[in-house]
Amino acid sequence: MRRSTIAAAALALAAATGTAVAQNEQFIPANGYWVGPYAPGGSGFFGGIIDYFQLLNERDGGINGVKLTWEKCETEYRNDRGVECYERSKKKGPTGATVIHPLSTGITYSLIDKATADHIPIISMGYGRADAADGRVFPYVFPLVTTYWSQADAMIKFIGQREGGMDKLKGKKIVLIYHDSAYGKEPHAVLEKLASQLGYQLTMIAVPHPGNEQQSQWLQVRQIRPDWVILWGWGVMNPTAIKAAAKIGFPRNKMVGVWWSGAEEDVIPAGSAAKGYISSGFNLPGTNFPVMQEILKYVYKKGKGEMDDKSRIGSIYHTRGVVAGIITAEAIRIAQTHFNKKGKPITGEEMRWGIENLNIDDKRLKELGAVGLMPTLRVSCMDHEGSGLVKFQEWDGAKWKPITDWIAADKKLIRPMMEASAAQYAKEKGITPRDCSREK
Amino acid sequence: MPTQVAFFVEVLAGGLLAGVMYALVALGFVLIYKASGVFNFAQGSMVFFAALTFVSLTERGWNFWLALAVTLVVMVVLGVVIERTVLRPLVNQPQITLFMATIGLTFVLEGLSQLIWGSQPHGLELGIADVPIDWLSQKLNINISQFDIFAAFVAGALVAVLAVFFQKTRIGRALRAVADDHQAALAVGIPLQHIWAIVWAVAGFVALVAGLMWGVRNGVQYALTFTALKALPVLLIGGFESIPGAIIGGLIIGATEKLAEVYVGPMFGGGIESWFAYVVALLFLLVRPEGLYGEKHIDRV
Repeated sequence: MRRSTIAAAALALAAATGTAVAQNEQFIPANGYWVGPYAPGGSGFFGGIIDYFQLLNERDGGINGVKLTWEKCETEYRNDRGVECYERSKKKGPTGATVIHPLSTGITYSLIDKATADHIPIISMGYGRADAADGRVFPYVFPLVTTYWSQADAMIKFIGQREGGMDKLKGKKIVLIYHDSAYGKEPHAVLEKLASQLGYQLTMIAVPHPGNEQQSQWLQVRQIRPDWVILWGWGVMNPTAIKAAAKIGFPRNKMVGVWWSGAEEDVIPAGSAAKGYISSGFNLPGTNFPVMQEILKYVYKKGKGEMDDKSRIGSIYHTRGVVAGIITAEAIRIAQTHFNKKGKPITGEEMRWGIENLNIDDKRLKELGAVGLMPTLRVSCMDHEGSGLVKFQEWDGAKWKPITDWIAADKKLIRPMMEASAAQYAKEKGITPRDCSREK
Repeated sequence: MPTQVAFFVEVLAGGLLAGVMYALVALGFVLIYKASGVFNFAQGSMVFFAALTFVSLTERGWNFWLALAVTLVVMVVLGVVIERTVLRPLVNQPQITLFMATIGLTFVLEGLSQLIWGSQPHGLELGIADVPIDWLSQKLNINISQFDIFAAFVAGALVAVLAVFFQKTRIGRALRAVADDHQAALAVGIPLQHIWAIVWAVAGFVALVAGLMWGVRNGVQYALTFTALKALPVLLIGGFESIPGAIIGGLIIGATEKLAEVYVGPMFGGGIESWFAYVVALLFLLVRPEGLYGEKHIDRV
């Protein structure tokens, strides 16, 4: 009798303690992919996010005393699994899921309506719908840092720089080799519009999924003899394209890849053929940034790091995850202050406000130890992109080497396109856009 | 040579050589189907497993030949284990059951490969660069990769080795007997299970060769499993039981899909080659359901 009473009391105490701990935690689902064809991207990105959260927990005791918690759910980069993981994770933690990073354009599309209805923000950093940058129509979707459209514009600016001026693009031949999917077709409108303005000849060549055979596409490239090739690939399509370029003798330093064609995993399988290849990006690789040094000191030295393969610490996907971690944590921090919830977990709705009011300027980047790791970011109700800056890097055979400063996309060109597309979406869905002047 | 003619020749030659790469994968399917009547859905996973094992060993500092030998042993052991644990318990079960078992095997092998060696892509170079042959480029303005020529030689050598193995060795003759009639082979004392284990081991060897060739082209990564999809139309055309059929089927698919992509594709917005190969295969099926070199089965009613 006595023993059972003690056991019951112990259980009650454990339950009470457990509840107390849970109330002081902020739950962020890690719905990603660690197996399958796209595992290198998923494992690196989510490794970076979790490493940054672990750093905050180990070094600072969380955010204002609120520990960050997460749970992995394998989406396999599949839309159905992405939705399943979302449904499973949305009510976990004391306030439910704080924010979702789908790391997939397809999953992002599948979750927009659900997450909006559930008041859970989606951060689709560098992917997803470009027109979601119009926060009046997409209050819960944040295609942060740089959208595909801004990137396409920045790519043409970069090519213009290399040619000696934008006026020199007239008459040049540019070929877009793209993944034959919604993702691959994202830059079409921007590149076509720029072609009509700047006078370059644009040819767009589709590569069917998965892109492990591209001989005929590159024979067409050989026939066209372009001045530049833009590569809009994903997974195995990237090293195959680089190898196919070498096979027809097309110079790799005249190839510019999208940021999903610009990780170590995209060039290493191509071997020596990748030397000189250029890609764009919104985060830089490396472990010299102070924040990366802190991760090594507080997380990896304690054996709590996510990356089993230590050579991947500081790789493009890993630092991209760290950038996502920084953005997520900063939004939680300012939402806690704004809603007077320091030391308490915030809700998804409060997180939405936090993201929408992010202002990571140079000063804050320095405090975070992330100067040069990512561009400055200022989000608003009108602008859910918040930056539009792109950097270009070249693969020297062993590592990525930055070759430009941050290049800004032409907002005068991109913004009206985004607004028109968002307005069309609002019309189709019967959404009344928010009045941003009334947002506080 | 006029530019357009040279370009046509280049597309055609490139397609034929690409077809050889498809045939390398198709050969593994043919071997197992021929001996056991099982359509081994896991062949693509075996290609991935073999290449990943080889490249992971070389990256750990193993000598090329030692890594190759060890990988070969691993593939042979894998073949034997599959026969013992999956196929033997399913003897006399309907064909569809065996087919479903190989689908299960696909996912087990894919998961196992990533569990053991990780999911990171790797580069693979065999010392022959995938670049055009200078002489052809300069004299005829035709770009043909020296690696593609090498792959064609490898495929030719592989077919020759398999032909000798099937025609000239005792085990080969037993394999042919099993392929012709399981019951009759059993009746004359051929141990069916041993033969199946051997044929799975040989398929493992073929998977290793295909994995190395495709690994050089695309890098060694999970996507190597997709190579199986390239082999399917080849099998439909060449027949599931014929080694020469796999080669001829590969050449037909390779050449037609490349010509279609370059000359017809632009009319449809491009990207047609992946499904066009199946259109060609389906057309062949309408005319010759058993494939070009497949065996015609006539059942007495």
